[in-house]
Amino acid sequence: MLSALLVMAALAVVIGGALGYAAVRFRVEGDPLVDKIDAILPQTQCGQCGFPGCKPYATAIAGGEAEINQCPPGGEEGIRKLADLLGREFKPLNAENGVEKPKSVAVIDENTCIGCTLCIQACPVDAIAGAAKQMHTVVDPLCTGCELCIAPCPVDCITMEPVGETVDTWKWHYPVIPIKTAA
Amino acid sequence: MLQKLFKFNGGVKPATNKAASTRDPIKPVPMPRQLVVPLHQHVGGTPHPLVEAGEQVLKGQRIGAADGNVSSAIHAPTSGRVLAIEPRVMAHSSGLSSLSVVIEPDGEDRWIDTAPMPWRSMSPDEIRDELRDAGIVGLGGAVFPSHLKLKPGNEGTHTLVINGAECEPFITCDDLLMRERGDQIVRGALIMQAMLKAQRVLVGIEDNKPEAIAQMQAAVQRNGTTSMQVIAIPTRYPAGGAKQLIRVLTGIEVPHGRRSTDYGVQCFNTGTAYAIADAVEKGRPLISRIVTVAGNVERPGNYEVLFGTPMDHLAALAGIKADTDRFIMGGPMMGFRMPAYDVPVVKATNCVLVGSEALFPAPAPEMACIRCGECARACPADLQPFELYWHSRAKNFGKAQEYHLFDCIECGCCAYVCPSHIPLVDYYRFAKSEVWARERQKDAADVARERFEFRNERIEREKREKAEKLAAKTAASRAAASSAPGAEQGEAAPAAASTAADDSKKALIAAAMARAKAQRDAADQAAAPVATPPASAPDSAPATTAPAPQDRSI
Repeated sequence: MLSALLVMAALAVVIGGALGYAAVRFRVEGDPLVDKIDAILPQTQCGQCGFPGCKPYATAIAGGEAEINQCPPGGEEGIRKLADLLGREFKPLNAENGVEKPKSVAVIDENTCIGCTLCIQACPVDAIAGAAKQMHTVVDPLCTGCELCIAPCPVDCITMEPVGETVDTWKWHYPVIPIKTAA
Repeated sequence: MLQKLFKFNGGVKPATNKAASTRDPIKPVPMPRQLVVPLHQHVGGTPHPLVEAGEQVLKGQRIGAADGNVSSAIHAPTSGRVLAIEPRVMAHSSGLSSLSVVIEPDGEDRWIDTAPMPWRSMSPDEIRDELRDAGIVGLGGAVFPSHLKLKPGNEGTHTLVINGAECEPFITCDDLLMRERGDQIVRGALIMQAMLKAQRVLVGIEDNKPEAIAQMQAAVQRNGTTSMQVIAIPTRYPAGGAKQLIRVLTGIEVPHGRRSTDYGVQCFNTGTAYAIADAVEKGRPLISRIVTVAGNVERPGNYEVLFGTPMDHLAALAGIKADTDRFIMGGPMMGFRMPAYDVPVVKATNCVLVGSEALFPAPAPEMACIRCGECARACPADLQPFELYWHSRAKNFGKAQEYHLFDCIECGCCAYVCPSHIPLVDYYRFAKSEVWARERQKDAADVARERFEFRNERIEREKREKAEKLAAKTAASRAAASSAPGAEQGEAAPAAASTAADDSKKALIAAAMARAKAQRDAADQAAAPVATPPASAPDSAPATTAPAPQDRSI
């Protein structure tokens, strides 16, 4: 009886020690799930999900505080990927957060811009160049199309222009079998 | 000299259809009314235009400068006036437009001043820069800038392969070039050999071109070089694929994810060798190439065509038959259907294949894959086309990549042998472009994430620095105030004003405000109002990248 107790106690001490050591030695900094979710999100940083950026939204999803269907730029494909990753049910995009739109970039009308710098402060990725009382312009390869610069503009000189297809970005279509009309 | 030849797996033997277009020598093309020269004709960056509408240009004048090192220059194919620089429909399946220089020929065809390149006394880097500015790209169809390939590999390059296989049906432009201008091809190959420091040059030609083989052998003999060998290889599509030709000639099998240069072999098309000789010996940039016109025409043949010549202008010379319904750039196996008849001939155009419903009937309806494995037997890249097909069809791109989707050379052998008539290559092209699009998206997202995080960090840092500065200032003013009360009110007032802007330091602000008030009262009592600066101009705020909003009233 006593020996059995001693054996169990010794086992508990040994295993406990090993676990305690492992907890310190193999400690994971940060939440790897947040990074995985963040990698799926489109990084538009538009805030349409109700969080101030993609990373905060990823943190909220990982913490169970947010649904996976709140990201309009990620679209249906993004929701499917999140559902796959998290083992949740697919849900259609929440219309309250917005609708899926083709990728666009902001364009500043250079004749109307008064150089107020408000859009520069609003841009989450520093994609607008300019200075006070100088004309501003959008560095379009860096623009994520978040539309955050539109509201602050006092003269409404920013418009969203859809990004057209070029020879370099053109994609082959999915091969479809043409259905012949009945003779 | 006997050369041991090797074999590549797979391949097919479609009807070659080459005899009709090899009867006549290479013919010139009368000057078209307009030349539309697209700026983006090669792999890599789009050249930026160097001319403006209305400007006069000379033949061979550079009109587009290479954008970075992975790019190549573009030149005016003839002398004349630039009518416009505008988007025009490209010779591309998409039917999209790209920026082109439209030139109206003046009929004089006047060259710029050209001079031979003293290449033997130039450093390899200088020669490469010159070739880039002469617009030399691979003319076999891939249009990869040649100067990037003319560098010895890490382990050195022992063999230079000149690709004269020309395995695709209907196309005979390299055949005719070798028959008629073998001497210059040999000279170009020797220049490349010198640049690569290669010990030997192997010219591989399919054995269905006996005249070309004989002419090239004679040219090598006339030149007197002993390191060059012309080798006849068995006719089997796609023997002209770079990896396949290297395999046949040297026995070296270039594995997945590696380049032939890692194994000391470099491969160039005969047309590229010819163009390099032109650029080096005469100082003439690449402005024309030999193009085969074949298919549904009265007189198939080969023409020396200026880039920018509309395809219908060219094909009309061969007599387009009435039932023509399409132009294909390239051959029947790998070619692309053109979106319009008047798209310009570009550096990649080796053949304008005129098609009709009778000549190329629409494929039979696609049926289910019966897993016969014929495609795997035909694949010259040793892939498993049926696996690639299933994964591409299911849009399971990660899996397709695991089966080495990007090693597929889109030769079309699998679709050619498929008993179910599945357009396999269409699926691979679809999968490849989806993967590329995703990669572009991911790269853009990574950049956005990085910039967003950097911005947040910067804002935090600015806030911190501001707070530190304020704290330091308050401490200093407090010390000053305690040592000499009433003497420093000019300094204390703005500090108080700017602290009011900072929410996080409410307590400090309150204290500072009280102090400032006390000081002001003291000063007022002392009746010594030393210039109190306006509170709206705090000089203690650190410079931010975005100036304060009140600056906007212009």
